[in-house]
Amino acid sequence: MAKTNQRFAEYLSPEKENELQQIALAIVKPGKGILAADESVGTLGKRFASIGLENTEENRRKYRELLFTADDSLAENISGVILFDETFRHSTADGRPFVKVLQEKGIIPGIKVDTGLVPLGGTFDESTTQGLDDLAERCAEYKKGGCGFAKWRCALRISGQTPSYQALLENANVLARYASICQQNGLVPIVEPEVLPDGDHDLETAQRVTEQVLAFTYKALADHNVYLEGTLLKPNMVTAGQASPIKYTPQDVARATVQALNRTVPAAVSGITFLSGGQSEEDATVNLNAINQYVGRKPWPLTFSYGRALQGTVLKTWGGKDENFKVAQNALLKRARANGAASAGQYQGEQQGSGESLFVPKHSY
Amino acid sequence: MASSSSRFQQYLSPEKEDELRKIANTIVSKRRGILAADESVATIGKRFDTIGLTNTEENRRKYRELLFSTDNSIADSISGVILFDETFRQSASDGTPFVKVLQNKGIIPGIKVDKGVVPLAGTLNECTTQGLDGLSERCAEYKKGGCGFAKWRCVLKISDHTPSYQAMIENANVLARYASICQQNGLVPIVEPEVLPDGTHDLQTAQRVTEEVLAFQYKALADHHVFLEGTLLKPNMVTAGQSCTKKYTSQDIARATVEALNRTVPPAVAGITFLSGGQSEEDATLNLNAINQYPGRKPWPLTFSYGRALQASVIKAWGGKDANIKAAQEELLKRARANGAAAVGEYQGGAAGAAGGQSLFVANHSY
Repeated sequence: MAKTNQRFAEYLSPEKENELQQIALAIVKPGKGILAADESVGTLGKRFASIGLENTEENRRKYRELLFTADDSLAENISGVILFDETFRHSTADGRPFVKVLQEKGIIPGIKVDTGLVPLGGTFDESTTQGLDDLAERCAEYKKGGCGFAKWRCALRISGQTPSYQALLENANVLARYASICQQNGLVPIVEPEVLPDGDHDLETAQRVTEQVLAFTYKALADHNVYLEGTLLKPNMVTAGQASPIKYTPQDVARATVQALNRTVPAAVSGITFLSGGQSEEDATVNLNAINQYVGRKPWPLTFSYGRALQGTVLKTWGGKDENFKVAQNALLKRARANGAASAGQYQGEQQGSGESLFVPKHSY
Repeated sequence: MASSSSRFQQYLSPEKEDELRKIANTIVSKRRGILAADESVATIGKRFDTIGLTNTEENRRKYRELLFSTDNSIADSISGVILFDETFRQSASDGTPFVKVLQNKGIIPGIKVDKGVVPLAGTLNECTTQGLDGLSERCAEYKKGGCGFAKWRCVLKISDHTPSYQAMIENANVLARYASICQQNGLVPIVEPEVLPDGTHDLQTAQRVTEEVLAFQYKALADHHVFLEGTLLKPNMVTAGQSCTKKYTSQDIARATVEALNRTVPPAVAGITFLSGGQSEEDATLNLNAINQYPGRKPWPLTFSYGRALQASVIKAWGGKDANIKAAQEELLKRARANGAAAVGEYQGGAAGAAGGQSLFVANHSY
């Protein structure tokens, strides 16, 4: 007969479970979502290039100051902000740490903890993500410094031969290891197994691949004892490939997305915060809205964790010029409000967002 | 770049998906659940022993006739009945096939298709379940003969070293193969990965094992492309071992059960129809009720698929005597109504029958 108290090791105390669940639920409160402002140095450089701005540390600091010192009403629709390590250590021009600025607005700071994609030998251009080394110590530091959650991105691509079993298994496993380490250090892990939109595949193919990826992901999380109530999922919406000749409606995207999630994501997961991928600002909002209007089982909040789709117009409006600070901040507020409405299925239409595609081939942060 | 049209094979046509989805949803709709009347010859013999009745084919036929000729209002609480192969081929004394008797009441006939547990070599008394050979042809026959769903039971046991990885992966896989074959033949598969209640383990242990088993299960179903909207899950409730010294309430069981399911069962699964295991009739109803009252995410209907917990009082009241048929049928109606109420969290109590509080635990139970 089983020696009951010896069989399973305790993963988290009840108090730690509760802390994680409360943070996760706070992030997906009705009408709210995440601003992903964790672009790496290289990636932000690409954004700056589009407005002719030099990629210096001061410019990066200035830009994030623009975002974080927007009017307090930002917190009505933004519950959390994902930071890059450099930004976690930055302050406003008058010396207030960004983490404190966000906390004072009632916004939870989060932190990107992966250190980028690396190739998987013997695959057709597939990757895994690194960053597990000393992750526990880094998480402890970020937690101490005021962060409540973390994020780690894996990327899978659709082609004739991919994603391979190897890539599916490896990426799911590394995400589970990351999630486990985060939780042991009081950070809610956002689990992001992105299926890239690159390709000419149809919607059905995207759906079946997404279902496969998520099935591997949740099996790995189960195997590593991850406490699902203290996690969030950051998936792609299910869309056809960027180069697909067939065009689909937001309702098609909504049906495919909700079906895929229903078939793979346990109800215990506190919430789902979609990535925007290469979608235009307007598409990202309209699709999120359609998802929330879709009639189907949706036991988790379905909201946003947008980078490009919240910042496209902001960057353009700013153009790197101090005199455009306020009007750029207003653009952010507008986009945040639109997506907040979409997360409740109540978006009424074009809020002067950009319809410009923000697709970058083979995107890596 | 992907040639999208050839990358994935179609598993089921949209029409076939719709058909399965409809059957599955019907079974778990409107405060109803399943009567599991699929006891094998040997198992029903054990039930007959308790009332001193000989285990003949005619007695088995008579007993099932008692069940299926209950007043039509039984269909307000029973949406489906699981049959054993022998019963699928039997008729009422007026010559009406049992399948037709059920269909005329608006009850969907189902069929047990597994062929029992067999040992897994090299394990500590663990098993898998056989029955895949010729399963496709058998399913086609059952479908043609009027069945809408099938059932297959796997069994896992808790001890210091079990369930092993081998047992979990094997049982999950064989259930996925069964489910796939059923769906290809128009039958909704009820997937039953039972974690036995035998043992001294506490509630927490039972919960973690159940979560582990269900995680393996849904990964296997995903790998085999099973259409989840056209399936039902028949799990154990999460309870401590039968010999556990610590006692738990219905609310403890409800919390542990709903948590475990929330962590493992995708919302797409049409419904969850609990097995009763060795629980007494009353406990099985009270626990189902507590589960439905528990304030947590419950994206699927949570109802019953009970064998012993619907029939114990029936058998006792019948005693094998024709004169007692009506009284026995009354017991069935009482129990069915009680569980129908429990399936929506509205059971008020007090439906104790002739066998109401008696534990129905059979050690190392196999059908």
